[in-house]
Order: sequence, then structure tokens, then C-alpha cells
Amino acid sequence: MEKIVIKNVVKIFGDHPKKALDLLLQGEPISEILNKTGNVVGVADVSFTVNEGEIVVVMGLSGSGKSTLVRCINRLFEPTAGEIYVDGQDVCQLGTKELRDFRRQKFGMVFQNFALFPHRSVINNVEFGLEVQGADKAEMRQKAETALEMVGLKGWGDKYPSELSGGMQQRVGLARALALDPDILLMDEAFSALDPLIRRDMQDELINLQQSMQKTIVFISHDLDEALKIGDRLVILKDGAVVQIGTPEEILTKPATEYVRKFVEEVDITKVLTAESVMKKCQDVAYLGSDGPNAALRKMKKNAIASLFVVKKDHSLAGIVFANEVRDLVDKGESDLSIVLHTDIQKVSPDTPASELFPIMQDMSYPVAVVNENDRLLGIIVKGLLFTAIAERGGDT
Amino acid sequence: MSFELPRIPLGKGIEATLDFLVENLAFATRAFSTVADQGLRFIEATLLAVHPVLMIVIVTALVFAMTRKRGITVFTFLGLGLIWNMGLWVATVSTLSLVVVATLIAITIGIPLGIIAGLSEWVYRIVRPILDFMQTLPAFVYLIPAIPFFGLGRVAAIFATVVFSMPPAIRFTNLGIRQVPKELTECADAFGADRWQKLIKIQLPLAKTTIMGGVNQTVMLALSMVVIAAMIGAGGLGSEVWRAIQRLQSGAGFEAGIGIVILAIILDRLLQQLASKKR
Ligand SMILES: Nc1ncnc2c1ncn2[C@@H]1O[C@H](COP(=O)(O)OP(=O)(O)OP(=O)(O)O)[C@@H](O)[C@H]1O
Ligand SMILES: [Mg+2]
Repeated sequence: MEKIVIKNVVKIFGDHPKKALDLLLQGEPISEILNKTGNVVGVADVSFTVNEGEIVVVMGLSGSGKSTLVRCINRLFEPTAGEIYVDGQDVCQLGTKELRDFRRQKFGMVFQNFALFPHRSVINNVEFGLEVQGADKAEMRQKAETALEMVGLKGWGDKYPSELSGGMQQRVGLARALALDPDILLMDEAFSALDPLIRRDMQDELINLQQSMQKTIVFISHDLDEALKIGDRLVILKDGAVVQIGTPEEILTKPATEYVRKFVEEVDITKVLTAESVMKKCQDVAYLGSDGPNAALRKMKKNAIASLFVVKKDHSLAGIVFANEVRDLVDKGESDLSIVLHTDIQKVSPDTPASELFPIMQDMSYPVAVVNENDRLLGIIVKGLLFTAIAERGGDT
Repeated sequence: MSFELPRIPLGKGIEATLDFLVENLAFATRAFSTVADQGLRFIEATLLAVHPVLMIVIVTALVFAMTRKRGITVFTFLGLGLIWNMGLWVATVSTLSLVVVATLIAITIGIPLGIIAGLSEWVYRIVRPILDFMQTLPAFVYLIPAIPFFGLGRVAAIFATVVFSMPPAIRFTNLGIRQVPKELTECADAFGADRWQKLIKIQLPLAKTTIMGGVNQTVMLALSMVVIAAMIGAGGLGSEVWRAIQRLQSGAGFEAGIGIVILAIILDRLLQQLASKKR
């Protein structure tokens, strides 16, 4: 379901937004618009949608309009043109009071510069959103404590923001948004000040939160690794405009422009490529019970392979048989394939990153099976295939 | 050949305006008179209710409780003792009462005005030139319009003092509100705070120190004006100075002057302490 729809949104800063808008619509580059009118185009005609329960990461270089764009979503900035729908409601049509209620109901926001209130203690900062809604005191305190615990700041409630490190302050900002338990989280570089360990924890926490509670999250990041990890889809901005929207895979494997390619170059591709994306379809399998040694041997010959995966009637993976052993069976006149079935084989799940596949593949003489949670065979990975896939996608490993 | 430029009747015009206002604002002036007069009587009566020595001890204890500082506490005790010793106790109480009443009225009007000016661009644009203009006028000028409204006496003195001492309260409050970082008010907006919540929970607490600085200035200006207002019958330490000048008694004038300085120092330190108090 579409949660947020952004349609042709433009945000221009300056005294003559109309004039600048006309120039923009005529296709004038934004540097020219700045020269001619002195107006800064923050967001230039951006459209995309965010589905319910999705994490969309907005990326781009500094000044590309990321913060401006999210601020338009809850109308901290009034868009110069365009429409924004949240749950089907046109945000730009809301009156003052309606907008206020809408913000209370729908959004939690984390700010790039933290924006903590220096005169309020940590717990009072976290309670702010609930307090504004007029929540019950005890309930408010309890929710705030829970949120603080989530970000690993249990027991820090009585301190003041100035007594905390940058990373801790950022987590207070995070807790302030989480305490509201909002439908939509707008997170402007919410993890930028965290050290790598806590950062990874927070990323995992966010993914958990989104999966278990179906939050819709718009996340701004500078860090491609982070974006690829948490993003269901990425929106890449340049000079206020979208250059590419797509899943991490699409962005990595089919960068739309040189700009995106440069962006992506840095990334360690083995962390992003998964078993699923490098596996190939298994051409043939033997069915346990119905296929005897002769049939299995024929299938191997036909496909010119030295081993064959064997599946049960319910299509779950039973094991593997090898050509030489099957031939022995045929020679002996045996008819039960399971005598030579090897069941203790290496299996991986489809989201195993390529970096973990390397050590597994190292001393394997047969393909690795990729299975889903029901043990059904999805595909296989052979050594050469893994290297080819990585080489093709420009990895430097 | 003599040519005389026709004189622009500015003075006449102002007189006419004042007359008009005096007649038509009678209800307001009467209300002001009542508040000022009653306030004065009450504070004076309270301060004079007990023997000066006891009062000095009480005040000293209060100062210590508020500041927790030895220096200013000792100074308060000795200073007030000296005032009493010089026979200026009643005059000082009278001056202090004038200052307190005038300041209370000035900040009751000034702080809300400052808040409005801080929140609204167009109010600010109207208020600012008026404040600038008021600041350039010499203090004496404020005495003049007070007389037609209130006649000679303490109420007129308070009126002139209120008008004279209000600008810093407005200015500093306005400044304090405007100094609140935009990202913080924006954050409050993002969480759906309404105007009032934003003001009470964010803007005022963050502007507090600056506002208290303005209050301090208001008090100091009020004190200086109350002395000048002795010319229109304010009484108190100011009239001691005034009388000494007229009779060329430099000693007596000096004593009254010391009394004013002592009062000023105590008030200033107390208010600074209040302003710098954390959270
Ligand atoms: N309040 C504002 N007034 C005027 N111009 C602004 C304002 N906010 C942003 N801009 C301009 O809009 C453009 C985009 O800024 P924005 O803050 O959205 O960038 P960003 O992608 O978030 O950058 P960063 O990664 O550094 O946070 C910049 O050129 C900036 O100068
Ligand atoms: Mg930004």
C-alpha cells in the first residue's frame, strides 16, 4: 500500500520562487537559476512513493537536497510546487490545526543536528512529543523509559543534553522519535554520529522495528553501506533531482548514470551481493524414491555434471549423489539410490552475503545448495560462478 | 526687509493632543492611579511594619538565602545599617517601594509586549523605532506628560518611571525570543506543538536568561528615574538629594547619594543571581 506519495515536488529558497520555478520548468540548470535570480533550488521536481512498511533511503552528496526533501514531507518547509500525499491525504491542503494534528498522529522525526532542547533533561526531551499530545504522565514516562532503553541509554534520563557525547545525543533524538511509536519515521542522518558498533546495532534495531511493527521509514544517509543494508529501496539525488530509484541490487548492478556509478564504486560488493543474486538455477534433480541409479546417471550425463542434488517428494532437499558412486551402484545392479546419498551437505540461505560464501566455497568439490526456510532447493552456487558474478559487477575483491 | 518664517505650532499641537488624551483616557489614568497608589502603600507599610534593625536582619537573611554568597550578604547588612544610621531609612523604603511598583508595572506590560514583538515581524517593525526614539530622549522629558495626567506626586512619578524603564524589558524579551535557535522551534513544530506550547515549553525557558537581563536593566533605570522624579514629588532618597542641592548642603546630598548607590548594588547583585540561576 502506498503510504507516502511525492509528486513533482519543488522547493526553492529565495525571494522570487515563481520566477525561479518557471526557469526550472523550462529545464534551466539550477546553477543558472542561482545566477539569474539569486534563488537556491533545494529540491527540483522530485517524485517517488514510499510503501507501507518500507524503508526508503535517500542518498546524495552534501547539498543535494536530502534534508530539504524530508522537511517537505511534514511541511516543515512549504513546497514551492508539487503534491505530497500521506495516507491519501494531501499534506499541502491541511490547515494550521489539521497539520498540527497530522504531525502528532503520523510522524516521528530525527534531526541531522539532533535539535535537543538544552533546558530539558534527557527524559524530558524524549517525552516531548507525548507531552505535546497531552499524554498521561505515568504512561508518558513509561514510554520514554522504554524508548531510552531501546537506544541503549537506560539510566541517563536525569542528565542534560550538554552532559552527553555527540553519539549519545543523537540517540536521545532517536528515542524522542521512537517514544511516539509513529507510523512514519523521518530520519535525517540519524546514525551519522554513532561509532561503528553502536551504529550497526541501531541499524539492526531499525530493521527489526520495521519488520515487526511495519513502520514506514524515510531515512537519509551519506553512507552507501548503511543505505544498502537497511534500505528496501534507494533514492539517489543530485542537485535536488532524482537520478535513480531502485533496490540496492538495481543501483549496484545497473547504475543509471556516471554519478551513481561513482557513488557505488566505493562499496564492497561482496557485502551486498547475496547468495540469491549469484546462484544459478539447478537444471535437474533426482527425486528420492522415484528415480533410481540409472535415471540419476542419465540426468548427470545429459547435463554433463559429476554430481546431482536429490529432493524428496515434498521438494525439500535430501542430499547429493556423485556420478562415480552411482555408476558403482548401477554396476552392482542395485536399485536404491539412497545407499550412496550424502545428506550432510553444505546449505546456505538466499540472503547469505557473498563475503561469507568465499570461505564456504574454498574447499568444496561440489556446488553449494541455496535453500529457503522450508529446505526447498532454490538454486546452486558453483565456484566459478561466484567469481564471475563479482568480476562482472565491478567488485575489487 | 525683514521676513519672518511662520512658526510651526508643534508645541501647541502636542498640548492639544495631551488635553484630548487627558480628558478621554480618564478611566485608564484612574485605574493606573489606583494600582500604583495601592501598591505603593502596601509595600511601604510592609517594609515599615517592623523596626528597621529587625528589617535589616530579615533582608540580609533573604539575600543570603537567595545568593548563598558571603560578599553581598555582608555588604547588604553593612549598607542597610549605614542607611539607617544616616537617618535615611524611611526615604530609602519609599524609594525602594517606588522602584518595585514601577518595575512590576513595567515588566507586566513590557515582557508580554516583548514576546509579541519577538513572535511577530510586523509588531517588531512598529515597536523598534518607538523604542529607539524613546532611548534618545533625556529622562526629564518623561516627567512632562506625567503631570497633566496625574498631577504632581508619587503616581505621576511612577508613571514617568514605568514609561522610562520599560524599553529594556521589551527589547531584551524580544531578543531572547528571537535568539532561540530555529532548529529547536522547528523541532517543536515537527512534533506538532501549538504556538502556546512552543512558547511555554521552548521559547520562554530558553529566553529566560536574556529576559532577566532586561529586568535587571529595567530595575536600574527605574531607580535612576525615581531619583529624578523627585522633581515632580516622588519623595524618597531623590528628594533628599534635591533638597540638599537647593540648600547647598553637599554633605547631606552625598549621604543620600550613597544610599542610592547601596540600594542599586544590592538590587543589581540580587537580580544577576536570579538571572544566572541554572534551570
Ligand atoms: N533554510 C534554507 N534557506 C535557504 N537555503 C537552504 C535552506 N535549507 C537548505 N537550503 C539550500 O538547499 C540546498 C539543499 O540543502 P539540504 O540541506 O537539503 O542538503 P542536504 O542534502 O541535506 O545536505 P547535507 O548532506 O549536507 O545535509 C542547499 O543548496 C542549501 O544551501
Ligand atoms: Mg541534510
